[in-house]
Amino acid sequence: MIRAEGLSRSFGTKRVLRGLDFEVAERDFLLVTGPNGSGKSTLLALCAGLLAPTGGSLDVSVERGELGYLAHEPLLYRELTALENLDLYGRLYRVPERRERIGMLLERLRLWDSRHERVGSFSRGMTQRLALCRALLHEPRLLLLDEPYAGLDDAGTALLDDELGGLAGERTFVVATHDPGRLDHVATERLGLS
Amino acid sequence: MTYFADVVTLARKDLLLELRSRDTVPAMVLFVIAALVVFSFSVPADVEERASYGLLWIGLVFTALLGLTRAFAAEREQRVLDGLVLAPCDRSAIWLGKGIAVVAFLLLAEAVALPAFHLFFEPVGWELVAGVLLADVGLASVGALLAAMAAASRTRELLLPLLFLPLVIPVVVGGVGASLAEDPGRYLAFLGLYDAVFAILSWATFEYVVTE
Repeated sequence: MIRAEGLSRSFGTKRVLRGLDFEVAERDFLLVTGPNGSGKSTLLALCAGLLAPTGGSLDVSVERGELGYLAHEPLLYRELTALENLDLYGRLYRVPERRERIGMLLERLRLWDSRHERVGSFSRGMTQRLALCRALLHEPRLLLLDEPYAGLDDAGTALLDDELGGLAGERTFVVATHDPGRLDHVATERLGLS
Repeated sequence: MTYFADVVTLARKDLLLELRSRDTVPAMVLFVIAALVVFSFSVPADVEERASYGLLWIGLVFTALLGLTRAFAAEREQRVLDGLVLAPCDRSAIWLGKGIAVVAFLLLAEAVALPAFHLFFEPVGWELVAGVLLADVGLASVGALLAAMAAASRTRELLLPLLFLPLVIPVVVGGVGASLAEDPGRYLAFLGLYDAVFAILSWATFEYVVTE
């Protein structure tokens, strides 16, 4: 599903990724680890097609609408409510039975009671859970998750564990994390960046 | 049909955001009124008639610029533009949705500016109203494209006026011409042509502006 050969990415004179080779097959779970500044987020943005490689090649064989991307930022409008944000993405991604799917995700990630509140009033953990709802909304084949546990409390972490545990083996994952131990049991591939 | 459904979804989202935050339209209205008041005191009475239309058009262009500096603020803050770009819709729908919202904001500002112009300067004729409506399309077409381009830059407050003002000189020429000429039809046709050319160019190039 993803094949990188000699993948490099620079920002000006700063080289963030250098000659990276890896492959991710359908239903694999790739865990990307490395210290701050090692290029984990850049790698995910490259896989999402938001950045272009400056060297080597990267082939991602999924359509735009089959990709779910959880970034550092939630990619949500602060002035819109949780429901309005998901409805916007649901329409743009042409999600069938949109309202039912949104309701189910909000229930599953314990945000149903806050559905009419503006995202700007959400805590960091609630925003992260809503961002996860956004990334899962259209049932993507490939999920690119950048530090999915960031900002989550114990309850949120347990919810995310359940979600990822349920989807691992059914979908393809590329997950960047500082805390590989938490996902070690579901990972099928590992990529360390330095 | 899905293309226009996406455009409606995106434009409605922008109007809802403005209704909630109220950061753009009130600023545009206050700015254009303040500019017309200042102009009314600064222009000598003997040159007022001819100069006043030019001043109105300068006021309208800068009001549009003020609105455009905020056009992609919500997308920039949380990098929402990345989320929109990843959606499977045609990316030009983002531009068209934003352009429709910008036209709506301009119409609201002009609904106050034109009566104020009538009060302080000259009567507002059909030529001026037609010119303003045609100019809005051109200003929004070019402006939405350039605002998206500038949103990705750290120097966006500088970059947007530097790109926008030279490109909208024809709008000022057409608008002033339509307001003053004996035969406004030629200038209105010129504005229509400008709208068509820049709308097509902006529609076709938007995808390259929001992706690497």
